[in-house]
Amino acid sequence: MRNEYFGDYVTVAVFLLAGVGLVAGGIMAARVVAPSRPNVLKSTVYESGIEPTGGGWNQSHIRYYIFALLFLIFDVEAVFLFPWAVSLDTFAEAGQGVLIYFEMVAFVLILLLGLIYAIRKGVLQWE
Amino acid sequence: MTSGFFWLDTFVKVAIALGFMLGLALPVIYAELKIMAHMQNRVGPYYAGGRWGWAQPIADGLKFVQKEDLVPADADAPVFKTAPYVVIMATIAIFVVIPLGPDLVARDLDLGAFYLLAISSIGTLGVLMAGWSSANKYSLMGGLRAAAQLIAYELPLLLAVLAVVVQAGTMSLTGIVEAQSAAITIGPISVSLPFILTGQIISFVIFVIAMVAELSRIPFDMPIAESELTMGYLTEYSSVRFSMFFLAEYASLIALSMVVATLFLGGYFVPLVPEAWLNLVGPMVVLGKAALIVFFVLWIRSTFPRLREDQLQNLAWRWLIPISLVNILVISFFAVAI
Repeated sequence: MRNEYFGDYVTVAVFLLAGVGLVAGGIMAARVVAPSRPNVLKSTVYESGIEPTGGGWNQSHIRYYIFALLFLIFDVEAVFLFPWAVSLDTFAEAGQGVLIYFEMVAFVLILLLGLIYAIRKGVLQWE
Repeated sequence: MTSGFFWLDTFVKVAIALGFMLGLALPVIYAELKIMAHMQNRVGPYYAGGRWGWAQPIADGLKFVQKEDLVPADADAPVFKTAPYVVIMATIAIFVVIPLGPDLVARDLDLGAFYLLAISSIGTLGVLMAGWSSANKYSLMGGLRAAAQLIAYELPLLLAVLAVVVQAGTMSLTGIVEAQSAAITIGPISVSLPFILTGQIISFVIFVIAMVAELSRIPFDMPIAESELTMGYLTEYSSVRFSMFFLAEYASLIALSMVVATLFLGGYFVPLVPEAWLNLVGPMVVLGKAALIVFFVLWIRSTFPRLREDQLQNLAWRWLIPISLVNILVISFFAVAI
Protein backbone atom coordinates (compact mmCIF):
# COMPACT_ATOMS: atom_id res chain seq x y z
CA MET A 1 0.00 0.00 0.00
CA ARG A 2 1.45 3.31 -1.07
CA ASN A 3 -0.10 5.30 1.66
CA GLU A 4 -0.38 4.74 5.42
CA TYR A 5 -3.74 6.50 5.51
CA PHE A 6 -5.50 4.07 3.18
CA GLY A 7 -3.68 1.19 4.86
CA ASP A 8 -5.88 1.71 7.93
CA TYR A 9 -9.05 1.39 5.91
CA VAL A 10 -7.80 -1.61 3.93
CA THR A 11 -6.77 -3.46 7.11
CA VAL A 12 -10.21 -2.95 8.67
CA ALA A 13 -11.89 -3.98 5.40
CA VAL A 14 -9.81 -7.17 5.22
CA PHE A 15 -10.79 -8.03 8.80
CA LEU A 16 -14.47 -7.46 8.01
CA LEU A 17 -14.17 -9.67 4.92
CA ALA A 18 -12.52 -12.37 7.03
CA GLY A 19 -15.61 -12.26 9.28
CA VAL A 20 -17.86 -12.73 6.25
CA GLY A 21 -15.65 -15.59 5.09
CA LEU A 22 -15.87 -17.29 8.48
CA VAL A 23 -19.68 -17.29 8.51
CA ALA A 24 -19.95 -18.22 4.82
CA GLY A 25 -17.46 -21.06 5.31
CA GLY A 26 -19.43 -22.42 8.26
CA ILE A 27 -22.69 -22.30 6.32
CA MET A 28 -21.07 -24.02 3.33
CA ALA A 29 -19.73 -26.78 5.59
CA ALA A 30 -23.18 -27.24 7.11
CA ARG A 31 -24.74 -27.43 3.65
CA VAL A 32 -22.50 -30.43 2.88
CA VAL A 33 -22.93 -32.24 6.18
CA ALA A 34 -26.37 -31.30 7.49
CA PRO A 35 -29.60 -32.90 6.30
CA SER A 36 -32.21 -30.77 4.54
CA ARG A 37 -35.75 -32.12 4.74
CA PRO A 38 -37.97 -29.05 5.09
CA ASN A 39 -41.66 -29.38 5.77
CA VAL A 40 -44.50 -27.02 6.63
CA LEU A 41 -44.44 -27.66 10.38
CA LYS A 42 -40.70 -27.14 10.69
CA SER A 43 -40.88 -23.75 9.04
CA THR A 44 -43.56 -22.32 11.33
CA VAL A 45 -42.33 -20.04 14.09
CA TYR A 46 -41.67 -21.48 17.52
CA GLU A 47 -44.14 -20.63 20.25
CA SER A 48 -43.28 -23.23 22.84
CA GLY A 49 -45.09 -25.99 20.95
CA ILE A 50 -48.46 -24.24 20.70
CA GLU A 51 -49.87 -23.32 17.27
CA PRO A 52 -48.66 -19.77 16.62
CA THR A 53 -51.44 -17.19 16.73
CA GLY A 54 -51.41 -13.88 14.90
CA GLY A 55 -48.36 -12.46 13.18
CA GLY A 56 -44.86 -12.27 14.53
CA TRP A 57 -44.62 -8.52 14.24
CA ASN A 58 -47.03 -7.40 16.93
CA GLN A 59 -47.18 -4.07 18.68
CA SER A 60 -44.48 -3.42 21.22
CA HIS A 61 -43.87 -1.02 24.03
CA ILE A 62 -43.31 2.65 23.14
CA ARG A 63 -40.79 2.86 26.00
CA TYR A 64 -38.03 1.42 23.85
CA TYR A 65 -38.45 4.37 21.48
CA ILE A 66 -37.88 6.83 24.31
CA PHE A 67 -34.74 4.98 25.37
CA ALA A 68 -33.48 5.30 21.81
CA LEU A 69 -34.11 9.06 21.89
CA LEU A 70 -32.27 9.43 25.22
CA PHE A 71 -29.39 7.39 23.84
CA LEU A 72 -29.13 9.57 20.78
CA ILE A 73 -28.66 12.71 22.89
CA PHE A 74 -25.89 11.22 24.98
CA ASP A 75 -24.19 9.53 22.05
CA VAL A 76 -23.96 12.85 20.23
CA GLU A 77 -22.56 14.34 23.42
CA ALA A 78 -19.82 11.72 23.34
CA VAL A 79 -18.88 12.79 19.82
CA PHE A 80 -18.13 16.24 21.27
CA LEU A 81 -16.34 14.82 24.31
CA PHE A 82 -13.77 12.72 22.44
CA PRO A 83 -11.96 15.54 20.57
CA TRP A 84 -12.09 17.60 23.75
CA ALA A 85 -10.46 14.77 25.75
CA VAL A 86 -7.58 14.41 23.29
CA SER A 87 -6.86 18.13 22.95
CA LEU A 88 -7.14 18.91 26.67
CA ASP A 89 -3.37 18.56 27.14
CA THR A 90 -2.60 20.94 24.28
CA PHE A 91 -4.87 23.62 25.69
CA ALA A 92 -3.52 23.12 29.22
CA GLU A 93 0.02 23.68 27.93
CA ALA A 94 -1.11 26.85 26.16
CA GLY A 95 -2.49 28.11 29.48
CA GLN A 96 -6.14 27.79 28.49
CA GLY A 97 -6.83 24.60 30.43
CA VAL A 98 -9.18 26.19 32.98
CA LEU A 99 -11.31 27.85 30.30
CA ILE A 100 -11.65 24.68 28.23
CA TYR A 101 -12.33 22.61 31.34
CA PHE A 102 -15.17 24.80 32.57
CA GLU A 103 -16.75 24.99 29.14
CA MET A 104 -17.08 21.21 29.22
CA VAL A 105 -18.35 21.31 32.82
CA ALA A 106 -21.16 23.59 31.68
CA PHE A 107 -21.92 21.31 28.71
CA VAL A 108 -22.03 18.15 30.82
CA LEU A 109 -24.11 19.80 33.56
CA ILE A 110 -26.75 20.92 31.03
CA LEU A 111 -26.96 17.35 29.73
CA LEU A 112 -27.19 15.97 33.26
CA LEU A 113 -30.08 18.38 33.89
CA GLY A 114 -31.77 16.89 30.82
CA LEU A 115 -31.27 13.39 32.20
CA ILE A 116 -32.67 14.42 35.60
CA TYR A 117 -35.68 15.95 33.83
CA ALA A 118 -36.27 12.72 31.90
CA ILE A 119 -36.04 10.62 35.05
CA ARG A 120 -38.38 12.96 36.98
CA LYS A 121 -40.80 12.77 34.04
CA GLY A 122 -41.00 9.03 34.70
CA VAL A 123 -39.14 7.57 31.74
CA LEU A 124 -37.71 4.82 33.94
CA GLN A 125 -41.02 3.94 35.64
CA TRP A 126 -42.65 0.73 34.40
CA GLU A 127 -46.22 0.17 35.28
CA MET B 1 6.07 -0.38 4.49
CA THR B 2 6.49 -1.50 0.89
CA SER B 3 3.48 -2.47 -1.13
CA GLY B 4 4.59 -6.10 -1.55
CA PHE B 5 4.74 -6.73 2.17
CA PHE B 6 1.52 -4.93 3.02
CA TRP B 7 -0.81 -7.64 1.75
CA LEU B 8 1.25 -10.50 3.17
CA ASP B 9 1.41 -8.65 6.45
CA THR B 10 -2.33 -8.02 6.54
CA PHE B 11 -3.23 -11.62 5.72
CA VAL B 12 -0.94 -12.97 8.43
CA LYS B 13 -2.61 -10.61 10.90
CA VAL B 14 -6.11 -11.66 9.82
CA ALA B 15 -5.10 -15.31 10.16
CA ILE B 16 -3.80 -14.62 13.68
CA ALA B 17 -7.01 -12.79 14.62
CA LEU B 18 -9.16 -15.66 13.31
CA GLY B 19 -6.94 -18.06 15.22
CA PHE B 20 -7.47 -15.97 18.35
CA MET B 21 -11.24 -16.00 17.91
CA LEU B 22 -11.53 -19.75 17.38
CA GLY B 23 -8.53 -20.88 19.39
CA LEU B 24 -9.50 -18.93 22.49
CA ALA B 25 -13.30 -19.24 22.28
CA LEU B 26 -13.14 -23.03 22.69
CA PRO B 27 -10.99 -22.99 25.88
CA VAL B 28 -13.17 -20.19 27.29
CA ILE B 29 -16.37 -22.19 26.62
CA TYR B 30 -14.76 -25.22 28.29
CA ALA B 31 -13.58 -23.07 31.19
CA GLU B 32 -17.09 -21.71 31.60
CA LEU B 33 -18.62 -25.21 31.69
CA LYS B 34 -16.05 -26.48 34.16
CA ILE B 35 -15.66 -23.43 36.41
CA MET B 36 -19.41 -22.89 36.69
CA ALA B 37 -19.92 -26.56 37.40
CA HIS B 38 -17.42 -26.54 40.24
CA MET B 39 -18.82 -23.29 41.65
CA GLN B 40 -22.22 -25.01 41.75
CA ASN B 41 -20.90 -28.27 43.24
CA ARG B 42 -21.25 -30.22 39.99
CA VAL B 43 -18.67 -32.07 37.92
CA GLY B 44 -19.50 -30.57 34.52
CA PRO B 45 -18.53 -32.21 31.23
CA TYR B 46 -16.87 -35.53 31.92
CA TYR B 47 -16.97 -37.98 29.02
CA ALA B 48 -16.22 -36.20 25.71
CA GLY B 49 -12.59 -36.65 24.69
CA GLY B 50 -11.78 -39.08 27.47
CA ARG B 51 -10.30 -37.14 30.33
CA TRP B 52 -12.23 -34.31 32.08
CA GLY B 53 -14.45 -33.90 29.04
CA TRP B 54 -11.91 -31.62 27.39
CA ALA B 55 -13.45 -32.13 23.92
CA GLN B 56 -16.93 -30.95 24.95
CA PRO B 57 -16.81 -27.55 23.15
CA ILE B 58 -15.47 -29.23 19.97
CA ALA B 59 -18.24 -31.83 20.13
CA ASP B 60 -20.82 -29.04 20.58
CA GLY B 61 -19.42 -27.19 17.57
CA LEU B 62 -19.54 -30.31 15.37
CA LYS B 63 -23.07 -30.98 16.55
CA PHE B 64 -24.17 -27.51 15.37
CA VAL B 65 -22.64 -28.08 11.91
CA GLN B 66 -24.67 -31.24 11.30
CA LYS B 67 -28.02 -29.75 12.38
CA GLU B 68 -30.57 -28.77 9.76
CA ASP B 69 -30.46 -25.09 8.86
CA LEU B 70 -34.01 -23.75 9.25
CA VAL B 71 -35.40 -20.39 8.16
CA PRO B 72 -39.02 -19.77 9.24
CA ALA B 73 -41.44 -19.38 6.33
CA ASP B 74 -42.74 -16.04 7.63
CA ALA B 75 -39.28 -14.65 8.34
CA ASP B 76 -37.71 -11.79 6.43
CA ALA B 77 -35.16 -14.17 4.90
CA PRO B 78 -32.46 -11.77 3.59
CA VAL B 79 -32.29 -9.90 6.92
CA PHE B 80 -32.49 -13.17 8.87
CA LYS B 81 -29.52 -14.54 6.94
CA THR B 82 -27.44 -11.34 7.12
CA ALA B 83 -27.68 -10.89 10.90
CA PRO B 84 -24.97 -13.45 11.86
CA TYR B 85 -22.56 -11.85 9.37
CA VAL B 86 -23.05 -8.44 10.98
CA VAL B 87 -22.48 -9.80 14.49
CA ILE B 88 -19.32 -11.73 13.54
CA MET B 89 -17.92 -8.77 11.57
CA ALA B 90 -18.40 -6.44 14.52
CA THR B 91 -16.55 -8.92 16.74
CA ILE B 92 -13.55 -9.71 14.57
CA ALA B 93 -12.98 -6.03 13.77
CA ILE B 94 -12.27 -5.32 17.46
CA PHE B 95 -9.04 -7.34 17.16
CA VAL B 96 -7.60 -4.80 14.68
CA VAL B 97 -6.59 -2.35 17.39
CA ILE B 98 -5.69 -4.55 20.38
CA PRO B 99 -1.92 -4.35 20.93
CA LEU B 100 -0.17 -7.57 22.01
CA GLY B 101 3.25 -5.95 22.15
CA PRO B 102 4.93 -2.65 21.23
CA ASP B 103 4.96 -3.69 17.56
CA LEU B 104 2.44 -6.52 17.67
CA VAL B 105 -0.76 -4.82 16.62
CA ALA B 106 -2.73 -5.36 13.42
CA ARG B 107 -3.06 -1.62 12.92
CA ASP B 108 -2.36 1.07 15.48
CA LEU B 109 -5.20 3.40 14.49
CA ASP B 110 -4.95 6.98 15.77
CA LEU B 111 -8.63 6.76 16.67
CA GLY B 112 -8.16 3.32 18.30
CA ALA B 113 -10.40 3.69 21.34
CA PHE B 114 -13.09 5.48 19.35
CA TYR B 115 -12.96 2.93 16.52
CA LEU B 116 -13.28 0.13 19.06
CA LEU B 117 -16.49 1.55 20.53
CA ALA B 118 -17.93 2.38 17.13
CA ILE B 119 -17.28 -1.01 15.57
CA SER B 120 -18.43 -3.03 18.58
CA SER B 121 -21.75 -1.15 18.65
CA ILE B 122 -22.51 -2.40 15.13
CA GLY B 123 -23.19 -5.75 16.83
CA THR B 124 -26.33 -4.13 18.29
CA LEU B 125 -27.63 -3.76 14.74
CA GLY B 126 -27.09 -7.45 14.07
CA VAL B 127 -29.01 -8.37 17.22
CA LEU B 128 -31.89 -6.06 16.30
CA MET B 129 -31.91 -7.51 12.76
CA ALA B 130 -32.08 -11.05 14.16
CA GLY B 131 -34.90 -10.15 16.54
CA TRP B 132 -36.97 -8.29 13.97
CA SER B 133 -36.58 -10.62 10.99
CA SER B 134 -37.52 -13.85 12.79
CA ALA B 135 -41.26 -12.99 12.74
CA ASN B 136 -41.49 -14.54 16.19
CA LYS B 137 -42.94 -12.83 19.26
CA TYR B 138 -40.17 -14.06 21.54
CA SER B 139 -37.54 -12.89 19.07
CA LEU B 140 -39.10 -9.47 18.65
CA MET B 141 -39.30 -8.87 22.39
CA GLY B 142 -35.81 -10.24 22.91
CA GLY B 143 -34.44 -8.09 20.12
CA LEU B 144 -36.04 -4.94 21.51
CA ARG B 145 -34.85 -5.71 25.02
CA ALA B 146 -31.37 -6.39 23.68
CA ALA B 147 -31.30 -3.15 21.72
CA ALA B 148 -32.52 -1.11 24.70
CA GLN B 149 -29.94 -2.77 26.95
CA LEU B 150 -27.04 -2.50 24.52
CA ILE B 151 -27.61 1.20 23.89
CA ALA B 152 -28.14 1.96 27.57
CA TYR B 153 -24.84 0.31 28.55
CA GLU B 154 -23.02 1.60 25.49
CA LEU B 155 -22.93 5.01 27.18
CA PRO B 156 -21.21 4.10 30.49
CA LEU B 157 -18.78 1.96 28.48
CA LEU B 158 -17.98 4.89 26.23
CA LEU B 159 -17.68 7.39 29.06
CA ALA B 160 -15.36 5.06 31.00
CA VAL B 161 -13.08 4.81 27.96
CA LEU B 162 -13.26 8.58 27.62
CA ALA B 163 -11.90 9.00 31.15
CA VAL B 164 -8.91 6.85 30.15
CA VAL B 165 -8.44 8.93 26.99
CA VAL B 166 -8.36 12.11 29.10
CA GLN B 167 -5.62 10.70 31.30
CA ALA B 168 -3.56 9.23 28.45
CA GLY B 169 -4.08 12.19 26.11
CA THR B 170 -4.39 9.86 23.11
CA MET B 171 -6.94 7.49 21.57
CA SER B 172 -4.35 5.07 20.17
CA LEU B 173 -4.37 1.91 22.30
CA THR B 174 -0.60 1.53 21.96
CA GLY B 175 -0.31 5.13 23.14
CA ILE B 176 -2.52 4.33 26.13
CA VAL B 177 -0.27 1.40 27.10
CA GLU B 178 2.81 3.60 26.69
CA ALA B 179 1.22 6.20 28.96
CA GLN B 180 0.84 3.49 31.59
CA SER B 181 4.43 2.32 31.21
CA ALA B 182 5.79 5.83 31.76
CA ALA B 183 7.49 6.00 35.15
CA ILE B 184 5.84 8.04 37.90
CA THR B 185 8.18 9.49 40.49
CA ILE B 186 6.89 9.70 44.04
CA GLY B 187 9.68 11.01 46.31
CA PRO B 188 12.64 8.66 46.00
CA ILE B 189 10.75 5.87 44.21
CA SER B 190 10.06 5.75 40.47
CA VAL B 191 7.54 3.17 39.27
CA SER B 192 5.25 2.46 36.32
CA LEU B 193 1.64 2.00 37.42
CA PRO B 194 -1.35 0.83 35.40
CA PHE B 195 -4.29 3.23 35.14
CA ILE B 196 -6.39 1.23 37.59
CA LEU B 197 -3.96 2.29 40.34
CA THR B 198 -3.60 5.89 39.20
CA GLY B 199 -7.12 7.20 39.53
CA GLN B 200 -9.13 5.09 37.07
CA ILE B 201 -10.61 2.64 39.57
CA ILE B 202 -14.14 4.04 39.12
CA SER B 203 -13.84 3.92 35.33
CA PHE B 204 -12.62 0.33 35.65
CA VAL B 205 -15.62 -0.76 37.73
CA ILE B 206 -18.04 1.01 35.39
CA PHE B 207 -16.37 -0.48 32.33
CA VAL B 208 -16.53 -4.03 33.66
CA ILE B 209 -20.21 -3.71 34.66
CA ALA B 210 -21.10 -2.19 31.29
CA MET B 211 -19.02 -4.84 29.51
CA VAL B 212 -20.93 -7.69 31.19
CA ALA B 213 -24.17 -5.95 30.14
CA GLU B 214 -22.94 -5.45 26.58
CA LEU B 215 -22.21 -9.16 26.38
CA SER B 216 -25.78 -9.89 27.62
CA ARG B 217 -24.43 -12.27 30.21
CA ILE B 218 -26.06 -13.10 33.53
CA PRO B 219 -26.99 -10.93 35.53
CA PHE B 220 -27.80 -8.83 32.45
CA ASP B 221 -29.37 -11.52 30.25
CA MET B 222 -32.92 -10.20 29.98
CA PRO B 223 -32.73 -10.33 26.13
CA ILE B 224 -32.38 -14.11 26.18
CA ALA B 225 -34.10 -14.85 29.49
CA GLU B 226 -34.87 -18.56 28.97
CA SER B 227 -37.68 -18.75 31.49
CA GLU B 228 -39.81 -16.14 29.71
CA LEU B 229 -38.49 -15.65 26.17
CA THR B 230 -37.20 -19.15 25.26
CA MET B 231 -33.96 -17.88 23.69
CA GLY B 232 -34.90 -14.26 22.88
CA TYR B 233 -33.69 -13.07 19.51
CA LEU B 234 -31.97 -16.43 18.90
CA THR B 235 -35.16 -18.51 19.17
CA GLU B 236 -35.50 -19.18 15.43
CA TYR B 237 -31.81 -19.70 14.72
CA SER B 238 -30.41 -23.17 14.32
CA SER B 239 -27.33 -24.92 12.99
CA VAL B 240 -24.28 -22.85 12.00
CA ARG B 241 -26.13 -19.55 12.09
CA PHE B 242 -26.87 -20.08 15.77
CA SER B 243 -23.33 -21.21 16.52
CA MET B 244 -22.04 -17.99 14.89
CA PHE B 245 -23.95 -15.89 17.43
CA PHE B 246 -22.58 -18.17 20.12
CA LEU B 247 -19.02 -17.80 18.81
CA ALA B 248 -19.43 -14.01 18.55
CA GLU B 249 -20.51 -13.85 22.19
CA TYR B 250 -17.43 -15.68 23.42
CA ALA B 251 -15.06 -13.98 21.00
CA SER B 252 -16.26 -10.56 22.13
CA LEU B 253 -15.93 -11.65 25.75
CA ILE B 254 -12.27 -12.38 24.99
CA ALA B 255 -11.81 -9.21 22.92
CA LEU B 256 -13.36 -6.94 25.55
CA SER B 257 -11.35 -8.63 28.31
CA MET B 258 -8.21 -7.85 26.32
CA VAL B 259 -9.45 -4.27 25.98
CA VAL B 260 -9.87 -4.04 29.78
CA ALA B 261 -6.34 -5.40 30.16
CA THR B 262 -5.08 -2.76 27.71
CA LEU B 263 -6.98 0.23 29.04
CA PHE B 264 -6.76 -0.34 32.77
CA LEU B 265 -4.25 -3.07 33.62
CA GLY B 266 -1.23 -1.92 31.65
CA GLY B 267 -1.72 -4.04 28.51
CA TYR B 268 1.39 -5.84 27.33
CA PHE B 269 3.58 -3.91 29.77
CA VAL B 270 5.13 -5.67 32.75
CA PRO B 271 7.57 -4.02 35.14
CA LEU B 272 11.22 -5.16 35.22
CA VAL B 273 11.11 -6.76 31.75
CA PRO B 274 13.51 -4.99 29.35
CA GLU B 275 11.73 -3.17 26.55
CA ALA B 276 13.29 -5.33 23.84
CA TRP B 277 11.60 -8.42 25.27
CA LEU B 278 8.11 -6.94 25.42
CA ASN B 279 7.29 -8.13 21.91
CA LEU B 280 7.98 -11.70 23.05
CA VAL B 281 6.45 -11.56 26.51
CA GLY B 282 3.63 -9.15 25.58
CA PRO B 283 1.07 -11.58 24.12
CA MET B 284 1.34 -13.84 27.17
CA VAL B 285 0.98 -10.86 29.51
CA VAL B 286 -2.14 -9.53 27.72
CA LEU B 287 -3.71 -12.98 27.65
CA GLY B 288 -2.89 -13.55 31.31
CA LYS B 289 -4.51 -10.28 32.33
CA ALA B 290 -7.49 -10.99 30.05
CA ALA B 291 -7.87 -14.46 31.58
CA LEU B 292 -8.28 -12.85 35.01
CA ILE B 293 -11.11 -10.68 33.66
CA VAL B 294 -12.75 -13.67 31.92
CA PHE B 295 -12.62 -15.64 35.16
CA PHE B 296 -14.18 -12.70 36.98
CA VAL B 297 -17.04 -12.53 34.45
CA LEU B 298 -17.69 -16.29 34.83
CA TRP B 299 -17.62 -15.86 38.60
CA ILE B 300 -20.24 -13.08 38.38
CA ARG B 301 -22.35 -15.33 36.17
CA SER B 302 -22.57 -18.13 38.69
CA THR B 303 -23.11 -15.77 41.63
CA PHE B 304 -25.72 -13.13 40.80
CA PRO B 305 -29.44 -13.47 40.02
CA ARG B 306 -30.87 -11.91 36.85
CA LEU B 307 -31.92 -8.23 36.93
CA ARG B 308 -35.46 -7.24 35.99
CA GLU B 309 -35.78 -5.04 32.88
CA ASP B 310 -36.62 -1.83 34.79
CA GLN B 311 -33.87 -2.44 37.37
CA LEU B 312 -31.45 -2.93 34.51
CA GLN B 313 -32.42 0.35 32.84
CA ASN B 314 -32.38 2.11 36.20
CA LEU B 315 -28.85 0.96 36.93
CA ALA B 316 -27.61 2.35 33.61
CA TRP B 317 -29.49 5.66 33.40
CA ARG B 318 -29.78 6.60 37.05
CA TRP B 319 -26.41 5.44 38.34
CA LEU B 320 -23.75 4.48 35.83
CA ILE B 321 -24.17 7.36 33.34
CA PRO B 322 -24.24 10.23 35.89
CA ILE B 323 -21.37 8.65 37.86
CA SER B 324 -19.24 8.23 34.76
CA LEU B 325 -19.92 11.82 33.65
CA VAL B 326 -18.85 13.17 37.03
CA ASN B 327 -15.88 10.79 36.94
CA ILE B 328 -14.76 12.37 33.65
CA LEU B 329 -15.04 15.85 35.11
CA VAL B 330 -12.97 14.85 38.17
CA ILE B 331 -10.29 13.12 36.13
CA SER B 332 -10.03 15.98 33.64
CA PHE B 333 -9.83 18.43 36.56
CA PHE B 334 -6.68 16.66 37.71
CA ALA B 335 -5.41 16.48 34.13
CA VAL B 336 -5.75 20.28 33.82
CA ALA B 337 -4.59 21.14 37.33
CA ILE B 338 -1.43 19.03 37.39
